[in-house]
Amino acid sequence: MAFSDAVPKTIKQGTLGGRSLSARQGRIGSNWTVLVLFLPPALLLFTLFVVIPILQAGWYSFFDWNGYGRPDHFVGMRNYLLLLKQHAFRTALTNNVLIIVVSLVVQLPLALWLATLLAQRIRGAVAFRMIFFLPYVLAEIAAGMIWRFVYDGDYGLVASLAHGLGFQSVYLLADRNLAMYAIIVVIVWKYFGFHMMLYIAGLQSIDRSYYEAAEIDGATRGQMFRRITLPLLKPTIVLTVFFSVIGSMQLFDLIMPMTRGGPSDSTQTMVTYLYSYGITRMRIGFGSAVGVTLFLICVIFAFGYKKAFMRNE
Amino acid sequence: MLKSLGRRRAVRTLAHVGAIAGMLAGTLMVSTAALADTTVHWLHLEQNPPIVAYWRQVADEYEKAHPGVKIDMQYLENEAYKAKLTTLLQSKSAPDIIYSWGGGVLDEQIKAGVIKDITADVDKSYSDQFNPTFWTAFNRDGKQWGIPHLASEVAFFYNKPLMQKAGVDPTTIKTWDDFLAAVKKIKAAGITPIIAGGADKWPLHFYWSDLALRIGGEQAFKDAMAGKGDGFASQTFVKAGEMMKQLTDLQPFQPGYLGATAPDAYGQFGDGKGAMELMGDWLYTSQKSGAANGKGISDADLGMMEFPAVKNGAGKPTDTLGGVNGWLVTKNAPPETVDFLKFFVTLDHERYMANHGFFIPVMKGASDEMQNPIYKKIADDLTHSTYHQIFYDQFLGPNVGRVVNDVTTDLASGATTPKEAAQAVQDAWAMEH
Repeated sequence: MAFSDAVPKTIKQGTLGGRSLSARQGRIGSNWTVLVLFLPPALLLFTLFVVIPILQAGWYSFFDWNGYGRPDHFVGMRNYLLLLKQHAFRTALTNNVLIIVVSLVVQLPLALWLATLLAQRIRGAVAFRMIFFLPYVLAEIAAGMIWRFVYDGDYGLVASLAHGLGFQSVYLLADRNLAMYAIIVVIVWKYFGFHMMLYIAGLQSIDRSYYEAAEIDGATRGQMFRRITLPLLKPTIVLTVFFSVIGSMQLFDLIMPMTRGGPSDSTQTMVTYLYSYGITRMRIGFGSAVGVTLFLICVIFAFGYKKAFMRNE
Repeated sequence: MLKSLGRRRAVRTLAHVGAIAGMLAGTLMVSTAALADTTVHWLHLEQNPPIVAYWRQVADEYEKAHPGVKIDMQYLENEAYKAKLTTLLQSKSAPDIIYSWGGGVLDEQIKAGVIKDITADVDKSYSDQFNPTFWTAFNRDGKQWGIPHLASEVAFFYNKPLMQKAGVDPTTIKTWDDFLAAVKKIKAAGITPIIAGGADKWPLHFYWSDLALRIGGEQAFKDAMAGKGDGFASQTFVKAGEMMKQLTDLQPFQPGYLGATAPDAYGQFGDGKGAMELMGDWLYTSQKSGAANGKGISDADLGMMEFPAVKNGAGKPTDTLGGVNGWLVTKNAPPETVDFLKFFVTLDHERYMANHGFFIPVMKGASDEMQNPIYKKIADDLTHSTYHQIFYDQFLGPNVGRVVNDVTTDLASGATTPKEAAQAVQDAWAMEH
């Protein structure tokens, strides 16, 4: 235990030494002009495109408004109450939770496992890294369309497989009970490479001498993984979990080309729900309420998580 | 060292700012130069290249006859258009001419004051050339808000060889019961009776609205809109759901229909994967372009029949379901805009488009020379229509319309009951009115 506690501290000292801190302070003091010149554009853009829209959405969410003219029909909390009553919204919320759970339980361990294999300097590791990373490079819409073809019950890969094995063709994306799982497979396929890359980077920064020392002490592979790899990789794992959760909550463009949230809303997520029930129905007030809810969930998670796990980053 | 770096950066930033300012000034000059002429921005959703080419040709003719006026055609994809329109109409760069399906969305646009009242620009000699049903689709409280351009009808299209193979004579299908019997017979013959694009939902809402139209007629729909009785939860709409369920219980659609989009379904029908499809007349062209061989079902093999009647229904068999689509002029459009539209929608042009099978015209006599038997039949149906019901999902407005699409798709897949479906539509309607 003491071993794993001590290591991160020494690493931290190396990067955040006292010298660099004081140098930074000096820089801020002497470069007022740079600050005055460079802060306003960023601050202005941030205010204009982030802060103001958030406040506006909060304001609109109290109105019954179709987006034309000014909102004038104040309805108080009605949009939020409607939201809670909506079956489709509950499905969307459940789906989001499901995606998060699968991301954490399947996707990240898979990525970590592959990373431990591919972080070593073995033949072909680079090629495999590339192959596993490829899905992440693909645009979401393109990936969604490709998988729509794969899942197609008439012409797709799944159909040929089923026929080849002598089964009736299945229409995964048309089935209320299966469509969401079909999509989750795509999500895992699409993003595990990204997390794998982060893990590889994390693994490669671990000093080999720890493993050598452990080997001399007679540690098994499992012990090394639990006592050296995991603790030293903790900052990376904390980060990937964060990306994973926030990414799952914002999932939209992968689903639209595959199912658009259907059949019968069974594959809605919060954002596809917002799009189909807010924007395409010209219910901007209601959509804003969805947006605000999503925003609150994300903010609470982000700050809570940061406070709990990322205090030292 | 640090200081000089900062200064150098500052200089570079200033240089960038200067460059951007220069570019801005350049754009401003270009746009003032363009203002000397008038440009009419025309936003359309047409994907079919020959149609777009013909429209461009008409626009070129107008430009030639009116020096100084430019017609700028802009294209947006259907769903993207619907999603963007609200924002687009309120921006400074709103297009001058926009596409419209009339109905509830038009009402919202009028209420918001983003559409121009063109009553004064269209005199009686112009409006009299239109079939009154279609002209008044863009009329609200005696004011004219748009110019209709094309009409459509929803009907059953069928694949003659497949029907023959199943031993079904489509000409004998007169009532819903006949239709159900035919579906059973086709299915028994090992053929998929009906193709549907369930992922897009609206193709399935045709069944519910057509049935309601046959059961309750014009009156039931008007009563529901006026909030009389139980509104959309009334007997007519519950019964429409029950009769739709009679059909869907037979599992008449192609496997995986809930995952198929409307264009997927056009292609499947064109490929002969099913015997029938309930669709608007545009299926005639889309099944050809969507088919795997690019040809689809030939004219000789393609048949069409009106939606069957319902026993003891209040609706007439001559009542039609479909759309009337046209063009609206936005609030800040230049005065030349309406002039161009009147140049664009004329008997000659309508006739040309009808004769080339582009679509069903809305002006009197424009369909007289139509050669295509299917289009001719649809044009006749529409001319003699006793009541033309505009698509529910357009007419009831963007929100209630989508609720109709949702619940009818759920009805088809068994996710809801006829009663719940009708009630959901009524709840959505009541909340807005």
